[in-house]
Amino acid sequence: MDSLALLLAATFNSGTILALAALGLLINERAGVINLGAEGTMLVAAMAGFATANVTGSDVLAFGAGAAVGAVMACALGFLVIWLNANQVAAGLALSLFGTGFSAFVGINFAQAKLPERPHFAVPYLSDIPFVGPALFKQHPMVYLAVLLTIGTAWFLYRSRSGLVLRAIGESPESAHALGYPVRRVRLAAMMVGGALCGLAGAYLSVIYTPLWVEGMVAGKGWIALALTTFATWRPARVLLGAYLFGFVTMLQFHLQGMGVQIPSQFLSMTPYLATILVLLLISRNANFIRVNRPASLGQPFYPGS
Amino acid sequence: MTKRVWLKLAVVAAAAAVQPAWAADAAKEPLKIGFAYVGPVGDGGWTYAHDNARKAVEKEFGTKVVTTFVEKVPESADAERVFRDLVSQGNKLIFGTTFGYMGPMGKVAPTAKGVMFEHATGYKQSANLRTYDSRTYEGAYMAGVIAGKMTKTNTLGVVGSIPIPEVLRNINSFTLGAQSVNPKITTKVVWVNEWFNPPKETDAAQSLINGGADVLMQNTDSSAVLQTAEKNGKYAFGWDSDMTAYGPKAHLASAVINWGPYYIKATREALDGKWKGGGHSWWGVKEGAIDIVSISDKVPADVKAQVAKVKAGLKDGSLAIWKGPIQAQDGKEILKAGAVADDKFMSGINFYVKGVEGKVPTGK
Repeated sequence: MDSLALLLAATFNSGTILALAALGLLINERAGVINLGAEGTMLVAAMAGFATANVTGSDVLAFGAGAAVGAVMACALGFLVIWLNANQVAAGLALSLFGTGFSAFVGINFAQAKLPERPHFAVPYLSDIPFVGPALFKQHPMVYLAVLLTIGTAWFLYRSRSGLVLRAIGESPESAHALGYPVRRVRLAAMMVGGALCGLAGAYLSVIYTPLWVEGMVAGKGWIALALTTFATWRPARVLLGAYLFGFVTMLQFHLQGMGVQIPSQFLSMTPYLATILVLLLISRNANFIRVNRPASLGQPFYPGS
Repeated sequence: MTKRVWLKLAVVAAAAAVQPAWAADAAKEPLKIGFAYVGPVGDGGWTYAHDNARKAVEKEFGTKVVTTFVEKVPESADAERVFRDLVSQGNKLIFGTTFGYMGPMGKVAPTAKGVMFEHATGYKQSANLRTYDSRTYEGAYMAGVIAGKMTKTNTLGVVGSIPIPEVLRNINSFTLGAQSVNPKITTKVVWVNEWFNPPKETDAAQSLINGGADVLMQNTDSSAVLQTAEKNGKYAFGWDSDMTAYGPKAHLASAVINWGPYYIKATREALDGKWKGGGHSWWGVKEGAIDIVSISDKVPADVKAQVAKVKAGLKDGSLAIWKGPIQAQDGKEILKAGAVADDKFMSGINFYVKGVEGKVPTGK
C-alpha cells in the first residue's frame, strides 16, 4: 500500500507539469489560435525560472519570471499570427525551434549552477492520514494550484460572460467581430495567458521537479501537452485527468521495472505514448464528440472586414 | 629548349615538390583536433569529462594544437555529416566520444585517408581508426564498496541508460563491490533507455527510492539522480565527473573518468608521427583514467581505508574485480573459483550477477 501511495504522489507531481501547460494551450485554442511553440516556450521559461531562483533564491520570483517569459513569447507569436496572419503551424514551429536554441545559448552559464535545498511541503493534519496523506497531501503547492486553475478555467469558460465571448471568437471570429467584440485583442490575451501557464510549467520543471538547468530538459513535454488538449476534447477537467493519466503511466513503467516485472523496459518506455494514442483513437471513434468540442476556427487566420 | 633549361626546370619542379612538406615542418603548423560530443558540454557528467580532457590537451601542447568541438551530435546519420565536416575543416585527429558513433565513424574513416580517428567505447577498428575506453566498472566497484557499507535497507538502486555490455558491467560491478563488504545486498535496476534525459532520470530515481532503495547509482549522464536522492534524504554517487556540488548531503563519492592521459598520449603520437590505426586501449585505475574522488565525511574512516585498499590493488594489478567464483542471477556459476575474466569476457557481459533483481531487457 505504501508503494502505491508513493506511486500516486509521484503521478500527481509529474502530471502537474503537463496539466499546467495543457491548460494554457487549451485556453488559447479555445480562442481559435494554436500555439505550437509550447516546447520552446517551456524551455525558455525553465531557463528563466532556474536563473531567477539561482540568483534571487526565491521560488515565487522564479515562477513569476517563468510565467512572464512565457507570456512575452506567446505575445510575439500572437503578433505574427493574429495581426500579420502568418501561418500558425509554421510560426509556432519556428518559435519552438527558436526557444530550444535560445534557451541553450542563454543558459550556458547556468548549466553547472545549483539551487539551495528547499523545505518539504506538507499540508498540516491531512498529511498524517495513512495512505491518503502521503499520496495527496505532501505535494508542492503548485500541484494544488494546478487543480485550482483547472476549476477556475472551467468556471471561466462555461460560467462567465468573458468566457462565452472567448469561446464565440474561437467558434466564429467573423460573427464575434460583427457583434463588435475585439477578436484580435481577445485572442492575444488568450495566447498570453496560455503562454504564461506554459511558462509556469517550465519553471516548475526546472526549479522544483528536476532542480537543475540543462538544455533540452523539457524533453517533449510541450508536445505532449499539445496532444493532451485534443485528447481532452478541449475540456479543462479532462485535461487534468489526461495529464494525471499520462503521469501515472510514466511513473508506473519505472515502478514496474523497480519491482522486477518481466517486461522489456523498451516496451515500458513506450507505454505512456501508447496510452495516449489509444485514448485518442477511442475518442476519435465518435466524430461528433470531437467536432462538437473542437473550436471551429482553430488554426485559421482571421481577416477583420473581409 | 636546351638541355640546360630542362635541367633548371627539373630542379625547380623538384624543389616545388619537396617544399610544401618542408615548409610546413618549418612553420610548425598546429595540429587540428576535432571532438564530437553526444551531450552538451554542460551536462556535468560524461561529455563534461571529455571536454575537460580536451582542455588538458590544449594545456599540455599549447600552440602546437588547435582544438574544436561539436556538441549534442545525435547518434544517427547526422553524426556522419558532422564527421565529414570535421574532416573538411582540416582536422587531422578526430575524437568521437560515444558508442553510437561506431557506424558513422566506420563509414567516414576509409574516405578520409591521412586523418586519424579515435572512437570511444567502440570495438570496430580500421587502418586509420582505433578505439579506446575506460574501465568505468572499476569506479562502479569502488562506489559499490561504499554503498554496501552505507545502506540501511540492504537495497541499492541503479538508474540504467541503455542495456549494452558496458552498462551491465557497471551495474554488476557495483553490486559485486557492495557484496564484497555486505553479502545481503540486492540491487534494483530501472532503465530509462536514454543517456541524457534529466526529468526521466528523476522519475526513475524516485521510483527506486519508493521501492526501498536507499543508495543510488546511475549510468546516465546528468546529475538528476543525485539531486533526487538529495531531495529524498537518501544517498547517491557522482558519475563520470565530480558531482559533489549538485547534492552535497546525498553525495557519497564520485566515480570519475579522466580521459586526459589518453588524449594527451594520442595527441603526442599524432604530433610525432607515431600514431597507428587499429587496436584498442582500455585504461583504468592503473593508468590514472579512473578514480573515486570527493568521498564524503559521512563515510566512516574504516570504509575509506577499504576503498583505498581496493584502489591500491587495482593500481598494482593485485586485485581483480571479476574473479571467480561469480554466479549469474539464477545461481549458475559463470566464473569458476579462482578464474579471472579476460577483456573478451568483460566486453560481452549481457547478464546480471546474483543479487541484481529484474531481467536484462533484450527486446526479445
